[in-house]
Amino acid sequence: MAGAISSGPPTSTRTYQGLGQYLMLPSWVIIGFFLVLPVGMMLIYSFLTKEFRGGVIWEFSLSAYDQFFFDRGLFGDEPAKIEWTYITIFWRSIWQAALATVLCLIIGFPTAWFIATRSGRNKAILLFLITIPYWVNLLIRTISMKFLIRDTGPLNTWLIEFGLISEPLHMVNTNFAVQLGLFYSYLPFMVLPIYASVERYNNSLSEAAADLYASKFVILSKIVLPMVKPGIIAGCILVFVPSLGAFLAPDLLGGAKNFMIGSLIEEQFKGNAGNWPFGAAASMILLSMVLVVLLFYARAQDKGGQNHG
Amino acid sequence: MIKRMDAAIAVDIDNVTKRYGDFTALRNASIDIRDNEFFTLLGPSGCGKTTLLRCIAGFEDISSGAIRLYGQDIAELPPNKRPVNTVFQQYALFPHMNVLQNVMFGLQRLGKSDSEAKARAGHVLDLVQLTQLAERMPSQLSGGQQQRVALARALAPEPRVLLLDEPLSALDLKLRQAVRLELQQLQKETGITFVFVTHDQEEALTMSNRIAVISEGQLQQIGSAREIYEAPVNKFVADFIGETNLIDVDVKKITDGTATCLLPGGTKFSCPAAKGAHEGPGHLSVRPERVTIGKAKGSLITGTATRHIYLGTDMHIDINLQDGDVITARVQNSETANIPEVGDEVGISFEASAARLLVD
Repeated sequence: MAGAISSGPPTSTRTYQGLGQYLMLPSWVIIGFFLVLPVGMMLIYSFLTKEFRGGVIWEFSLSAYDQFFFDRGLFGDEPAKIEWTYITIFWRSIWQAALATVLCLIIGFPTAWFIATRSGRNKAILLFLITIPYWVNLLIRTISMKFLIRDTGPLNTWLIEFGLISEPLHMVNTNFAVQLGLFYSYLPFMVLPIYASVERYNNSLSEAAADLYASKFVILSKIVLPMVKPGIIAGCILVFVPSLGAFLAPDLLGGAKNFMIGSLIEEQFKGNAGNWPFGAAASMILLSMVLVVLLFYARAQDKGGQNHG
Repeated sequence: MIKRMDAAIAVDIDNVTKRYGDFTALRNASIDIRDNEFFTLLGPSGCGKTTLLRCIAGFEDISSGAIRLYGQDIAELPPNKRPVNTVFQQYALFPHMNVLQNVMFGLQRLGKSDSEAKARAGHVLDLVQLTQLAERMPSQLSGGQQQRVALARALAPEPRVLLLDEPLSALDLKLRQAVRLELQQLQKETGITFVFVTHDQEEALTMSNRIAVISEGQLQQIGSAREIYEAPVNKFVADFIGETNLIDVDVKKITDGTATCLLPGGTKFSCPAAKGAHEGPGHLSVRPERVTIGKAKGSLITGTATRHIYLGTDMHIDINLQDGDVITARVQNSETANIPEVGDEVGISFEASAARLLVD
């Protein structure tokens, strides 16, 4: 039966016969080495006991998670209260990341639309311009941003020169600065996927809607947005997830008061003050939150897929 | 001016020009499309017929002239304010809505209540025989079914004029022929004025009340299928609509629409002349089915039979003239048909009413 069915060139099937199970090997190695192994290590470390000079003692312990959620006093002998410090940091991070996502969407969508509706040559140039900042290291760009917005920086100088303000605006080490840093760092991740879906959008759908008495607003909300939704969702995830774990922008622009998860985790692995299991536990909690977001995304995609048949 | 008040004119295209930069897509076109008419804009691709349709729909602004819809100048109206609907060439169905939602879209925009819109959409879907598929998504439909949805969607709001942009070009031949009849039937049933764009002359001839032939942005001729086929005004129309022989002649005299000319070989011949034809070198149009082949003696033109093309019901016979031109005759296949062998010397004849002197 099998012989009768195989109608393709016999050589190719024979060449790879028996090899089938090994052909996936490179993928498994990559996934194993770069995904399963580090995450697995993180997971194990989060359940170990901390060594005071950094590192871990190989002894099972829940204290990292306990420390994250509960306050048992300085010596750990008081009745457990809820520890708000880290939950607040997480909450602030989520809020900052969500805000950055919304801002990127508000600016990124029209930008992507503008680029996608230009003629071929201009389109290529504009796309190129969007990617140019990425040729410079994020650290350098974030420090430059700090320079731009500091009290004696060019932005304040110009604002004073133009007479818009009389005193320099204090921007460094504020939520605003963190927000600006996140927005600036991740805007292209919003623009590019939306651009890709707008580019595929068939403009005759807009014409058909206009022909059927739809106003500009109805065309946007009932036709365009549903059609480019996959790009928007992809862009939102690509901005939200790295914003949530970002540490450069909050570290350099936000200062100690505007701590985000990324900085918290980074601190646990830096120098002697660190607490590896605690950093690992915080990472695992962050990872679970990201997974929840991705799960929602997958479900939204699924529904969309069903609708599209 | 009085003509413009006439309610019988559905779309009054008055001296419309459309330019894109240096390129003139449409030059001084004036067409009156009558109420309740199946009107076709016919021409080769790139001739400006779709541009004109898009100007009526409002997707393009006109550079000069005016377009009036039942007497009302619509130049300032955006597409969503014009009481016309369009069936797009690639249908442009909304892929994220099912068939019913697609058909209801225009009705909802007009402020119809949900139940009203649903009833009307149901009626239109019934008209195009798609009731069974109302819940399907466009991607689950065949090309022919999608075409019907596009039609139903455009008909649902009861437009005063329905614009159809080559709606059959994406269908295969068999389906195309069936849909032609249905479209014609639908136009009669609904009483809506249809403006139909096509490059397919057979489509135009079989469906339309009247046809406007357009070439290179220039309106060539407006008339019924019969007028355009039998009395083409110029070389382009004669050549584009059906097949024809263009015979070089020397026009000696034109009086009262009758031309007297010398055929190749020198025979004197009189036949009707198109308005605007002039004396001197010119072309006669004679359809292949009106050419008869017989003995050289007593014929109008003589030549040599050079080729047979078998077409089933008919046979095309090419006859080479002395000057190198070729005249094709179409002969019906039958037991008694007089079909010359290749290489035979033959004579060609045609009636004066079968020939027409054209404007070059």
